[in-house]
This record gives sequence, C-alpha cells and structure tokens, in this order.
Amino acid sequence: MYQGETMKINKIFKNGFLILLASLVLTACTTQKKTTGQLQGDVYTGSDSVEYLASGVADRVFFATNETVLTTPARETLRKQAAWLRKNSKLTVVLEGHADERGTREYNLALGERRANSAKDYLMTYGISSDRISVLSYGKERPVDSGSNPLAWSKNRRSVTVKAN
Amino acid sequence: MLFRYLIILLILLPLKAFALIEVDITRGNLSPLPVAVSPLSIDEKSKINFKKILKKNDLGSEISSVIENNLRQSGLFNPLNKNAFLQKPEIANLKPRFEDWNLIKAQALITGKVTFIDEKLRVEFRLWDVLAGKEMIALAFTTVPSNWRRVGHIIADKVYERLTGENGYFDTRIIYVSEEGPKTNRIKKLAIMDQDGFNNKFLTLGNELVLTPRFSPTNQMVTYLSYFRNLPRVYLLDIETGMQEVVGDFPGMTFAPRFSPDGKKIIMSFAKDGNSDIYTMDLENRVVERITNHPSIDTSPSYSPDGKYITFNSDRSKYQQIYVMKSNGKDVKRISFGNGLYGTPVWSPRGDLIAFTKLHKGKFYIGVMRADGTGERLLTENFYQEAPSWSPNGRVLIFYRETKTNSKGEGFSAKLWSIDLTGYNERMVDTVMDASDPSWSSLLSN
Repeated sequence: MYQGETMKINKIFKNGFLILLASLVLTACTTQKKTTGQLQGDVYTGSDSVEYLASGVADRVFFATNETVLTTPARETLRKQAAWLRKNSKLTVVLEGHADERGTREYNLALGERRANSAKDYLMTYGISSDRISVLSYGKERPVDSGSNPLAWSKNRRSVTVKAN
Repeated sequence: MLFRYLIILLILLPLKAFALIEVDITRGNLSPLPVAVSPLSIDEKSKINFKKILKKNDLGSEISSVIENNLRQSGLFNPLNKNAFLQKPEIANLKPRFEDWNLIKAQALITGKVTFIDEKLRVEFRLWDVLAGKEMIALAFTTVPSNWRRVGHIIADKVYERLTGENGYFDTRIIYVSEEGPKTNRIKKLAIMDQDGFNNKFLTLGNELVLTPRFSPTNQMVTYLSYFRNLPRVYLLDIETGMQEVVGDFPGMTFAPRFSPDGKKIIMSFAKDGNSDIYTMDLENRVVERITNHPSIDTSPSYSPDGKYITFNSDRSKYQQIYVMKSNGKDVKRISFGNGLYGTPVWSPRGDLIAFTKLHKGKFYIGVMRADGTGERLLTENFYQEAPSWSPNGRVLIFYRETKTNSKGEGFSAKLWSIDLTGYNERMVDTVMDASDPSWSSLLSN
C-alpha cells in the first residue's frame, strides 16, 4: 500500500516539477523578445504617427534596425493596401522609404530605397502593377519623431505609402 | 573674382638652408611654438585709401589678425600678446632688434608692410628666426584690395610650410550644408565659406533638400544631391555663375557623388529596385560606366589621389564595411575588420590613409586606417558624428556632429567640428547657422 502511495506522490511531484519547469521556460522565452506596448524586438508596433489611406488600411510599415525585411504585421498591412489599390484601380502611389538617424547619411539613403522596394515588391505579388508604384527614399532626412531614443527611432524606420494622384 | 588673383613674388634675400626653429606636426603638440605676429606696418595715405574701399580702419592690423588666428587655430603655434611687443611695426619690418623679441620669448617673428599702389593692395612680409637672428622668408604680393583676407591666409601658409616642412591649408574654402528649422522639417541650403568662417555665401535658396556637396579639384564646381522636383539626383553647380545641371539621365535615385582626381568624371551611387551600385559618368563625353555589380548596397565612393583605386562602403558581408577596389571595379577587398559598422570612407590627399565613420555600441567615432586596413586609429567619440573630409595637406579632418534632443524633441543642433590627425586640437568650426556635410577645397592658389 505504501509503495502505491509513494508512487502517486512521486508522480505528483514529478508533474508539479515539470509544470514549474515549463512555466519557467515559457517566461524566459517571452523576456528574450521583449514586447512592450509599442515595440516588438525593435520594430514599432504602435499606432502613433500611423495614418489611414482608407478605413482599416494603415499607410505605413516599420522595420528593425539595419533591416529591410518585411515583418508579419508589415505584410498584413501591405495586403490590405493591395486590396485597396485593386479596388481603386486608377490610383497610383509613391512608397517613401526612411531610416533612423543612427547611421551614416549616404548609406541611409540606400537603406530607405531598399525598404520602399521591399514594400513595392510585396504589393506587386498581390497583383498591383509596377507602373502604379514609384519609390522615393528620404534616408534619415524626414524623421516623424525628433526624439533621440529607441522608440522614436523605431517610428522613423518606415516605408509610407502616399497617394500620387 | 577670387580667380583673377595676381601674385608677384619677390624673394628679397636668399632662403637659409638650416632651420633652427622647426615644428613637428606628426605628434600631438603640447607646446605650441611661441610666435610674434607684428601688425603689418601701413603708411597714412594707404590707410586712408583702404579705409575708403574696404571700410577697415587699419588694414595692416586686420591682415596680421588673419595670420594670427590661422596659426593659433592650427594648435601648433602660440601667437604672443601684442601688448608685450616692444618694437613698432615699421621698424621691426626693416630690421628687428632680436633681443626685444627674445625678451618676450618669441621664437619666430612675422613682420610686414601694406601699401596702396595703382589701385591695388601690395603686401610685403618677412618671417624671422628670433633665436638665430636671421631672416627665413621674404615675399611680396600684389592683388585687388578685396582679396586682403586671402593674402593673410597665403602668408600663414608660407609660415606653416617653412616651419613644419608640410604644405599649409589656410588658403582654402569649405563647402557645406547650412541647416535650420525643426528636425522633422529641416531647411537645407548649400553654403560656402573661407576655412576660418568668413565670407559665408549661400549657393541655393532652400526650396529643395540638398545634401553632401563636394568640390571639383579646381574648386570651381560642386557636385551634390538635390531633391529638385522630388527626384533625388546628383547635380553640378558652377560656384561663380550659380548654374546647376543634373548629372546624366538616370531612371532612379543617384547620390553620394564625388569628382575623380582629374576632374573629368563624377563617381556616385545609383539605386534601382532596392539595389545601389557605383557608377561613373564622364563629364565631357557623357559616357556612363558601371563599376560595381552586386546585390548589396554599394555607396560613398572615394578615389585615391592617383585615381587608381576607389574606396567605398558596402553591406555585401551583411553589415556596412569599407572596401577598396581598382578604379575599373576589379579586385574588391574588404579592409575594415574591427567591431562595429563602418561608413563614409574618404581617401587622404596624401594617399596614405582612409578616414571613416564607425558606429559601435551606440557611439559614433571618426577614425583613420591605412589603405590596406591596418593601423586603425579612432580619433574622437561622440553621441552622433560622421562624414570626415580631409584638409588638402592631409593633416586635419573636418566632420559634423549632432546633439541629442530631450524628451520634448528640443535641443537639436548640428555643427561642424575639426580635429588633427594626431587626435589633438579638436575644435568646433563656427557657422552662421547649423551645419552638416562639410567638404574641404584644395589650396586656392594652386
């Protein structure tokens, strides 16, 4: 009888230990990639400075430092922009690419151009023809937030879709 | 106006071969050479004439101030207080009583004379070795009166050359971007000034964004990036006539332009479909040549002074690094290997070093390395600074810094700074407004 009970207690300890271990590991995972209210990693996820091309269609996507790759939320936004552009087939747009101030001026001009082109390429995969989309880089010349802190910089690393006609 | 400059050199006495006073500019100079710059003597009639034309009370004193400020700003000389001078300018210029100058501890003495003759400005000057009691240089210049500041710069260059053995850098100009307004909407204009901050002139109106201006080798043209009509392209500007023209007919953004050392080509980046490569265009026959062909960002190209090599910035190894290649684009070699990101490489006019900007752990550095990447030396650190440009003698770097803004977005400023290759003599270069993107001319008298 004792043996059976000991085994049950052992099992409870074992399960309890595993649950504790699992919860510790999960919390460790979330602290590695910080999600505060407005940043995921160092990509801006907030709504400050975001404007709308149409109801529910945000006009911009954000990037990580030194990156030109589209994040998942960026692709979501661009899909909505593509849908809106398909509906309004006469519209043309300019994609304006930007960088934050924490880099050299000329490289940032190239980085802004590459970011805007990432967004353009994605819109094209959703059927928007390339002659409806032009690209313009402002490098770090037109920050939307003049702060000198990571949150401000994250808002400035962006590609903005602007109506051209 | 500056280019119809007349010089008549009269070497009145032979130069002595031995230099008892010498200034070493290869090390940090902690004891600048004490030098006495006597006000240049000027007769009453000339004084009155120059006051009428130039509105300056005492041109002899004014020119000696230009000389004095240049020598002091170089960090190598210590111009002594004029109140201690015992000999009057007229007498000192003819035959200094060296004991008088020795008494105040001057090791070198500059004297001279200013005359108004045939509607022109004539300046004689002499450099004396006080300890040896000998004359080292004697020269004279004749030019239009409005060039009086350049005479001061040229004399300072002659003194610098004689005492250091190196070419000077005082008779030069700086082209830069003048900035004003809030950070989110800066107004930028091309501006040009003498290296000591005087004679500032705006070259564009501020209606469109302008960036990164660079001189042609003859200093008569500028190449820069303009957002005229919202189309960022490389342009040429003639400084004297103000005429602007776009460089080539590229179907996309061109930027980061420089002249080749022979002045015949513009080298720049061209961005298309997310890729930036380096191209040249011949200004005479308009032939465009592609120099790099790589999916990475290639930008900030700068020729070696002999035109055989190009250093540039590329992220082909994932992050911004510095590369060197032959001027035909072959033999690309990475030369930056330290910790951090590297950008804005610029080849020294002496050919020995490449200056750069480095970003590491949130701090910006201005540094130099040899053309093979060895000998990396960081000269200064700051919250934000970039884009060094060399003085024509390859001894001083000018760059720009920006300050942090506070939580309200206030407190932003951008200013030009300079530092010697030794890492000493770091100083702000004063400008009328905020400033960025400076580029140094070659010696104007060449």
